[in-house]
Amino acid sequence: MTQYVVLSAILFTIGCVGVLTRRNAIVVFMCVELMLNACNLAFVAFAKQHGNLDGQVAAFFVMVVAAAEVVVGLAIIMTIFRTRRSASVDDASLLKY
Amino acid sequence: MTEFVKPDVAYFELWPLLVVFGVACLGVVVEAFAPRSARYITQALLTLAGLVAAMAGVVMIGLRFAGDGAAEDGLVHGDGAAYGLLSIGGTIVVDGPTLFLWGLLLVFGFLGALLFAERHLDGGVSAFAGQAAALPGTDAEREASTRGLDHTEVYPLLMFALFGMMLFPAANDLLTMFVALEILSLPLYLLCGLARRRRLLSQEAALKYFLLGAFSSGFFLYGAALVYGFAGSMEFGAINEAVRNDAANSGMLLVGIGLLSVGLLFKVGAAPFQAWTPDVYQGAPTPVTAFMAAGTKVAAFGAMLRLFYVAFGADRWSWQPMMWVIAVLTMLVGAVLAITQTDVKRLLAYSSVAHTGFILTGLLGVQATADLAVGEISSLQAVLFYLATYGFSTLGAFAVVSLVRDSGGEATALTRWAGLGKESPVVAGVFAFFLLAMAGIPLTSGFVGKLAVFSVALAAGAWPVVVFAVLASIVAAFLYIRVIKAMYFDEPVGDGPTVAYPSVLTATTIAIGAAATLMLGVLPGPLLDLAAVAGEFIR
Repeated sequence: MTQYVVLSAILFTIGCVGVLTRRNAIVVFMCVELMLNACNLAFVAFAKQHGNLDGQVAAFFVMVVAAAEVVVGLAIIMTIFRTRRSASVDDASLLKY
Repeated sequence: MTEFVKPDVAYFELWPLLVVFGVACLGVVVEAFAPRSARYITQALLTLAGLVAAMAGVVMIGLRFAGDGAAEDGLVHGDGAAYGLLSIGGTIVVDGPTLFLWGLLLVFGFLGALLFAERHLDGGVSAFAGQAAALPGTDAEREASTRGLDHTEVYPLLMFALFGMMLFPAANDLLTMFVALEILSLPLYLLCGLARRRRLLSQEAALKYFLLGAFSSGFFLYGAALVYGFAGSMEFGAINEAVRNDAANSGMLLVGIGLLSVGLLFKVGAAPFQAWTPDVYQGAPTPVTAFMAAGTKVAAFGAMLRLFYVAFGADRWSWQPMMWVIAVLTMLVGAVLAITQTDVKRLLAYSSVAHTGFILTGLLGVQATADLAVGEISSLQAVLFYLATYGFSTLGAFAVVSLVRDSGGEATALTRWAGLGKESPVVAGVFAFFLLAMAGIPLTSGFVGKLAVFSVALAAGAWPVVVFAVLASIVAAFLYIRVIKAMYFDEPVGDGPTVAYPSVLTATTIAIGAAATLMLGVLPGPLLDLAAVAGEFIR
């Protein structure tokens, strides 16, 4: 059981570091999805440990929410890519100070 | 494995939620089937009618809770200070604080919808892009603009966001809370990117808000997973039970609380998670900023209070020190950085960060009514009151910002506001009044709100935080007075800004905001009493 939780923590950390270091908005977004999937793994592992279904149900909800987030997120990234011809998060820097 | 039991739904108590969600779905249908010319008026009326119907529901539920039959109906919980009921298998809780927050959110949603519907300021079109898919500066965009196109999808988006906001403080388990967080966030990400003018800024704001928001909700979710792993359940009651029994693995609980806090503190814009606030507030269309600034804060603080008081109330010695530090940091960062701003919308954004700090100060107060001396107010009551005062003055201030314009749209640079007092004494006067309320000058709502949160924090022994809060208030007052000086005493640059004449919609919003700010300052009693009647959270 612990192995699964440790794996999920590792995946979460990889996603987290990815968000902070990658420059392409799509890749940043993929890393966020990796974080959500790490959460799913943790939920399912804990559900097995506690012997109830709450965690497994949560995993399904998270998948739906992640799908909805993809729709909104890709739409936003698409519009900004079409305007700027770039999906780099460094280029979008008009708003500062 | 347990047998599946059909959850019972308390339709009467959930009526406000269901109406808001139903109207949002209906709005999508209208968008698909109504002819373009009829959409604006249909959507606006539908939205406003839905909000009024939901508000009527809130009042009726409140009367039922306060009525004589409440005890027989099994609505009274614990020692009598909390009343309400759980619905849909214990995932949603409708109790006094929930109703209070629903009422606030519906009022702010109504005022926000009025601002959304404003079409007088920009020559007969709304503040939203004619066609968001058309690239800025292309023929397609110019054509959409000359044809007077309008994105009327913003009304259903507003309602979906409002539905999420109402669900957020009513959620009674971590999963519902996460889903509500996403329901409120996703429409707001889209709304931020729909400005008619300065579209690059608007799209950038949407991108930043989206990426950082998704990042923080990832933290929230992992925190939820860890707390579930600790307690074996996601329901707040069961988590509270596990915390009290001090089950094994409390390290996991602490990390879980920390990660959950990251998600919630991001939503309220507390330091060190405040970085998105100024960018998004500046880039988003001003009606969206107004609605988002008021609504998100109310919803997220409601959820935060429920999570920390109900689920982690027994473990408050482990999270309160963290909140002390964050409250102090937030107030100082907000107040100090606001001074350096040269843009009115960014300045208001940093001021809202400072206000987040003040509300967090209230969160540190005494929780249980039973522990209070006579005449003292509970921290829940103080925070609820502060949220009301903050929401009205913020909505009003951003509504005023949308009036001051030049040829390029809204003139938000502070230098362009110089001499506004001569150009339009009324507009400058109202804005100055909102700023004084935010500074906490007596006879405005801000003074009573600050007094309430500071006194509850003092009563709980958090005096170092209160000292910093008073310091931050003084710094912030300097900043607000600087804006007032610019409006009244500085010479206008060039030909100065013009003040657009609003239709009755924006005028109503500003009037209600100003009236509420004045009333809550002069006569705070009724609303404080209402917050007291709201009682406590069901545990």
